[in-house]
Amino acid sequence: MTESIVASAVRTDPGRPATRRAVWLAAVLLIASSVLLLVGASVGSTGFDSVRRMAQDPVSLQIVWDIRLPRTLGAWLAGALLGLAGAVAQGLFRNPLADPYLLGSASGAALGGALAMALFGLSPTAAQWLARLGVAGMAFAGAAGAVMLTLVLARGVQHTLRLLLAGVIVGVVLGAARDLVQVAMPSILEPMQVFLMGSTSFIGWMACALMLAAWLVCTALAWGLSRVLDGLSLGEATAASLGLALGPMRAGLVAAMALATGTAVAQTGLIAFVGLAAPHLVRSICRMTHQWHVLLSSLMGATLLLAADILARWVLAPQELPVGVLTAALGGSYLLWLMHRRTRQGGVL
Amino acid sequence: MKNIAIGAYGISAAIGKSPILQEVSLQIPSARWTSVVGPNGAGKSTLLKVLAGVLHGGQVSGRVEWQGQPLSRLPSRQRAQQLAWLGQSEGSADDLTAYDVAMLGRLPHQRWMAPPSAADHAAVEAALRTTQAWDWRHRPLAQLSGGERQRVLLARALAVQADVLLMDEPLANLDPPHQSDWLQAVRALVSGGGTVVSVLHEISMALQADDLVVMAAGCIVHHGACTDPQTHAALQAVFDQRIQVRQLDGQWIALPVVPSAAPRSLS
Repeated sequence: MTESIVASAVRTDPGRPATRRAVWLAAVLLIASSVLLLVGASVGSTGFDSVRRMAQDPVSLQIVWDIRLPRTLGAWLAGALLGLAGAVAQGLFRNPLADPYLLGSASGAALGGALAMALFGLSPTAAQWLARLGVAGMAFAGAAGAVMLTLVLARGVQHTLRLLLAGVIVGVVLGAARDLVQVAMPSILEPMQVFLMGSTSFIGWMACALMLAAWLVCTALAWGLSRVLDGLSLGEATAASLGLALGPMRAGLVAAMALATGTAVAQTGLIAFVGLAAPHLVRSICRMTHQWHVLLSSLMGATLLLAADILARWVLAPQELPVGVLTAALGGSYLLWLMHRRTRQGGVL
Repeated sequence: MKNIAIGAYGISAAIGKSPILQEVSLQIPSARWTSVVGPNGAGKSTLLKVLAGVLHGGQVSGRVEWQGQPLSRLPSRQRAQQLAWLGQSEGSADDLTAYDVAMLGRLPHQRWMAPPSAADHAAVEAALRTTQAWDWRHRPLAQLSGGERQRVLLARALAVQADVLLMDEPLANLDPPHQSDWLQAVRALVSGGGTVVSVLHEISMALQADDLVVMAAGCIVHHGACTDPQTHAALQAVFDQRIQVRQLDGQWIALPVVPSAAPRSLS
């Protein structure tokens, strides 16, 4: 059933080995996601007991319904956003090392978060959802502002190398600004560290709804413009000769990438490596046109981050690892292994 | 009077501050194969890009007409259906299979995000078979050699099935048998009413064309039939008299001029 839906949603040639593999991958990722969502609802400091006593005990119900479920779903959505943004970034910049944070959104979000904590005395550990929204809102504004600044510095999206350089510059400058804020207000150092490492523990239903909306918009945009990414892989002039209106389409892709990254970063902080590793993982399993690739990368990112989040909650339970640390450690070692395997086969990443 | 497929009038182009093309005017006759030759940096590739309408911006001035109407006013989709362009050493598309790459040539014919039609599949198969790339259509480009990759890119340009095919260095990395395959494909296109323009470094291959455009330093020095002695003279002049055009078995070929005719010693 899932297979046929996925297969009819994208251009297919069922006789091709790569297409068959892509359909299988999509099915496996969807099944894995469903299983992990159930597992995620059962893992936590109070263990499976909460699920068992949910019907009688209102506290257990609250733990499962208000903490575990939104967090689990939120981890899936944040991973989906990052995987999607990573696939778009790597296609747009035609660079396998491109990641979602490339246009300065990471440092912008961090600066926004730091400012919110410094100005309003808010902390990510504050329980009130209103307080959380303050940091998340500022982080999103910071990410969006940083991407805008990058676009202004690069004078539009026409020149990808200039865009990359502008992103690096904005990242460095905003990073320095954040350091200044931290020096002036040393009390925010601890909550900032949580933000910089990335954490899914503050996600509520509100954040889930926001991320779901952003994911739907960005996925539709990226899927609809995926032909441009295919065309660009043949070079700009060839893409132009195929009648693709590169200017507006590239702007649309940058918008999808910025919105996806900004939304994810605002809710979860800087989770490392998911956006970089997910497209690589998909590519190592099957090489497809971008209309498959963006969807599969999104599913892969979602599954990865959810699995990492469950692992982070479970390994030292009732203690918890920051999920960003886990994704960086696992993602980094996986990429290293992939690099060595590909090099042995005569290719590069 | 011959029909004109593409006309370029007073084209000037510059990259940064250095001029690449200076007031170039050129009329490409339809249903013929025109080759563009000249020393490195003569502006051949830039001229081809201007003719294909893929070079924009304030750096290009002049007017390009396609079948008598301004090319810039043609909708980009229609332009893409009529003019196919093959560039040199562009992006590598490593992750796409040969089939997917060739299918990109059908983009101008497909509705947005619509699945390919039977006609699209047929065009792609014909193109891949023409360049003998059909057997490894499911392999990603990253796993192909330079020559095999070039044959896939060539198939991509053929799959557009455009009236005018513009190719920049189409023979790069191709071995001799596939060079003559390319020659046959071009001949078939032209005898079917198509127009082919190619920029070539292999002068002997360029001399197989119907017409020759000889360029030097951003200007067109000569435009004439490949069999015309004046064309041969212009060709030898533009290459500093370092090549000579000779006839062999009814074909014109270019040979390097060896500085001394004395037999080479074996030591």
